[in-house]
This record gives sequence, C-alpha cells and structure tokens, in this order.
Amino acid sequence: MAQVVVRNVSKVHIPLKGEPLLALHGVSFHVEDNEFFSIVGPSGCGKTTLLNLLAGFETPTRGELLVGGQTIREPGWERAVVFQEYALFPWYTVVQNIAYGLKRKRLPEAEQRDLTDHYIGLVGLRGFEKRYPRELSGGMRQRVSIARALAVKPSILLMDEPFASLDIQTREFMQDELLKIWQRERKTVIFVTHSIDEAIKLSDRVAIMTPRPGHIEEIKTVDSARPRDMTHAAMVQLAADVKRWLRQQLFESTPA
Amino acid sequence: MSRVELNASGTSRDLSAAARVAEDSAALAATLIPPPPPAWRRVANRLVHLWLLTLFLVVWELVSTLGVRINPQLDVMLPPPTAVFSAAQELMARGVLITHIADSLRRVLVAVGVGAILGIPLGLAMGWSAGFRASVDPLLEFIRPIPPLAWIPLSILWFGIGDTQNEYIIFLAAFFPIVLNAMAGARDVDTYLVRAGLSLGARRRDLFLTVVLPASLPNIFTGLRVGLGIGWMALVAGELVAAPTGLGFMINNARTLFRSDYILLGMVLIGILGLVLDFLMRQVSAIAMPWYRR
Ligand SMILES: Nc1ncnc2c1ncn2[C@@H]1O[C@H](COP(=O)(O)OP(=O)(O)O)[C@@H](O)[C@H]1O
Ligand SMILES: [Mg+2]
Repeated sequence: MAQVVVRNVSKVHIPLKGEPLLALHGVSFHVEDNEFFSIVGPSGCGKTTLLNLLAGFETPTRGELLVGGQTIREPGWERAVVFQEYALFPWYTVVQNIAYGLKRKRLPEAEQRDLTDHYIGLVGLRGFEKRYPRELSGGMRQRVSIARALAVKPSILLMDEPFASLDIQTREFMQDELLKIWQRERKTVIFVTHSIDEAIKLSDRVAIMTPRPGHIEEIKTVDSARPRDMTHAAMVQLAADVKRWLRQQLFESTPA
Repeated sequence: MSRVELNASGTSRDLSAAARVAEDSAALAATLIPPPPPAWRRVANRLVHLWLLTLFLVVWELVSTLGVRINPQLDVMLPPPTAVFSAAQELMARGVLITHIADSLRRVLVAVGVGAILGIPLGLAMGWSAGFRASVDPLLEFIRPIPPLAWIPLSILWFGIGDTQNEYIIFLAAFFPIVLNAMAGARDVDTYLVRAGLSLGARRRDLFLTVVLPASLPNIFTGLRVGLGIGWMALVAGELVAAPTGLGFMINNARTLFRSDYILLGMVLIGILGLVLDFLMRQVSAIAMPWYRR
C-alpha cells in the first residue's frame, strides 16, 4: 500500500494585495512506506507550499492528500516537520525544545529524558543542552530542529531544505546521519531541497518540480546502493542529466 | 585537508569529540576573558552615570537660592532642593509622609494589578482571535480616549469616597496600554512557531501556554511598564477629590496652603517611586525571560 498519496492537487495562494497565485497545479505522486522521496526544484516553485499541505497546515484548493488511505486534515506528530527557518521556540533551551513533542505525547519523564539525551548525542549537541536557540549557530539550530522532529518518532518525516544553511562538512555529515537514522528506524522521508546532488545522494526517487505553476514534471528513480559516492561516474552522469533537463525546462522551453 | 576528510567520513563519534573540544575550549575561554572588575569599580561606574541628575540638582539649587535675591517670589515659585529635603524631614517627623507614600503606592499597585489581571488575558484573546478582536475593538477604542478625569463624578457615585474610587481612576489610565501591548504580542506570534507546536502534537490549550503566552511576554512586560508609568501619572487625578491621604492628595492640599515645598516634595517622590518600580519591573522581566535579548 502506498502510504502517502497526492492526487491532482492544486493550491491557490491569495495574497493580501495583488492577484491570486496558482502555486501548485495538478500535482500527483505517491510515496511508498519507508521510502526516501525527494522533491527538487528552483526556489519559488512551490516546494514549501506542497510540504505545508502534507503537514496539514493548509488545505488544498483542489485535489486530495492521503496518508494510509485517510485524508490529511490537521498537523500531528506522525508527520513531524523540519522547517526551513528552524522554528525553534526561543524561550526553551535545547533540551526543552527537543522534549517538547515528547511532553505533548505524555511519555513518562524517564523516557522523555532518555530519548532527549539520545537525540542530543546523535546531533552532536552534548554540552549545549542548556543553551537558548539565540546562543547557537545556524547549523546548531538546524540540528536541534532535526532532533526535535526525530524524537517524536514520526512515521513520516517532512523536511524543508533542512541542510541548506549548513557548511559543506556539516551538511555531508548530517546527510550521512539522516541516512543512518532512516535505515535504522525505517520511516518515510519526504525531503525538499533545491540541490539536485543532495537529492540524488539521498533518495530512492527524486521528483523534479518546475515553477509557474508548481508542477511535478518527472520522477527519477535512483537505484544505486548507499552510501553513494557523488564523485562516482554514474552519479555524476545522473546529476548532470537532471541538471541539463531542468535547465531546458526552465529556460529553453519558454520563449523569451 | 585532513579536517575535511575527517568530517566527510564522519561518524557520531566525530561530533562527540567535537563536543569535548568545545568543553575544553569553554574552559580556555574562561581563562581568556578579563577578570570582572572589583565591586567598588562597578559601583563607581554606575555613579558616574548620575552626573546629569547631579548637575540638574545643583543648577536647581543655585537658581533658587541666588534667584531669590533678585526676585523674592522665587521663594514660593521654586523652592530649592534643600527646602524640599527639609519639608520631607518635617513631614516625616510628623509621621504623615510614610502614610502618604504607602497609600499611594498601594493604590497604584492595586490599580495596575487589576489592570494586568483583566487586561493581559483580554489583550491576548484579542490578539489570538481575529473574530473576538473585531467585536471588542470598537468598544475598547470608544472608551479609551475618555480622560480619567472625566470619570471622577460618576466614579464617586458608583464607589463613594475612598480607595476604590481612587484606584478606579488609576486603573482606567493603566488598563489600555496593558491590553493593547498584550494584543500586539499575541498578534505577532510567528506562524511557523504555531505550526511547529501543532505538528509536535500541541492542542490549542498547550499552544496558548507554550507558544502564544511566552511569545507575547516581551510585549506584556512593555505594557505593564507603560501602564505603571501612566498609573503614576494619573495619581493626582485619582486622589483629587475622594482621598484623605496619598501623594496626590498631599499635592492638592499643599496648593490650598501655598506650600510649594510640599508640592515639589510630592512630585519628586512620585518620580522616585516610578523610577524604583520601573527598575523592579525590568528585573522581574529579566528573570521571567532569560531567553530574551535586552
Ligand atoms: N502565503 C502565501 N501567500 C501568497 N503567496 C505565497 C504564499 N506562500 C507562498 N507563496 C508564493 O507561492 C510560490 C511558491 O512558494 P513556496 O512554496 O514557498 O516555494 P519554494 O518553497 O519552492 O521556494 C511563490 O511564488 C510564493 O511567492
Ligand atoms: Mg521553501
């Protein structure tokens, strides 16, 4: 059974001023259980809009989104979100931010402590437990945000350009960690990025989005074994193909 | 080069090693920062900031004591600080000054306290729910411009002569800034923080206590500080008619006695009390919001 089904979804944004904007049009795809599914596309093509619909923050103007056969109606921890802007609570320390969802799940105190501690170690923030978000670097904030989402053990992890603001070393490290967690805990990951290399490195399948209106043009399957070496000829070739194809879609098919 | 390799092929051990390095460097950082200055130095540094206030007092004293030789009326028009100080000693000795101060302080605190208890929830609810705001806003904005002084006759009919009437006038002045600031705080809560809360399983009540309230705290404290300040400004109006004590009463009473030294004393004391309460309020807000950058 396909766990996540997106069927013919369109979304119109109505800004405070100006024309309504068709952010998504006729978007359909499905994501299997435990699949690592990426969505790539240039900025402004509607990736965050799509993720907001999947999270249940907004409702589609047309079409439907289902998880396990049920329409997505509201947000919930089964679909934890890692936000592009981190969205850490400034008034909570690192530990309190990570424990936030566990408290809402009413887990026993001891279990909360163990889980929080585990994920703090995992994202390498030991020693920073009592810091407030404003006392952390951008990369550290993003890692808190990832730990906070992982800690609630969601069956689906929605990630919006989670590594975009990290330096290359930390980014590669976090990519590897994410893959390990995904392989160990078996969860569905829907991963939004604007980096084609990142999508190919991580995903089972890569959906390629084009803008105005946001639409999924093609879904590529990447079936080489992990960990993938992005300097390997086959990977380089695949990335180059996708980039050329996307460039064509974006700049060459539309008359200037 | 070797560092890049280390990180690119990183395992979780790498980052815990990094955390250990961070701890060591925290210890190193502690040895590198200059030692805190001795206590007397810190006190001295603070006292230096009082130069303008000192200058103000000195100029006032000189204008009054020298000016009186040119214009004898200045004795009544502007008594010097030293005269205000002896007035304070005199009223203190008669035992009335403490009563005036304590009564006024109590009235302002009760009025602002009630303003906070009613105003903060009302403002937060208005900020949180656009529908509620749309219905309450017209009523609030209609009452807000009415001067506290205009309420005196009616409030005496309602509450009679006494503390409640005085407090009601002060409350009217303090209430609106408290409501409006709390409302601004709750309106400006970042959408993505609300969404983060919801996607981590928060219910509406959770969300209010863990997101909306803390996000509004800086504005709430601003409202309390402004409300307290305006409460002091309304003190003389509050104690104009129906009070037998208080600094506002003292000022009004001194007017009929031509005791401008008492009037100035009342003004100075209100200034000092306002200053002290605002300082305390800032301390409370720093304790309540350790995460907030000042
Ligand atoms: N709340 C909104 N109101 C109006 N327009 C919006 C809103 N959110 C997004 N948009 C518009 O929708 C388009 C897609 O935005 P978004 O989903 O954020 O793209 P991406 O995440 O791919 O960069 C953009 O043109 C953006 O300006
Ligand atoms: Mg986006």
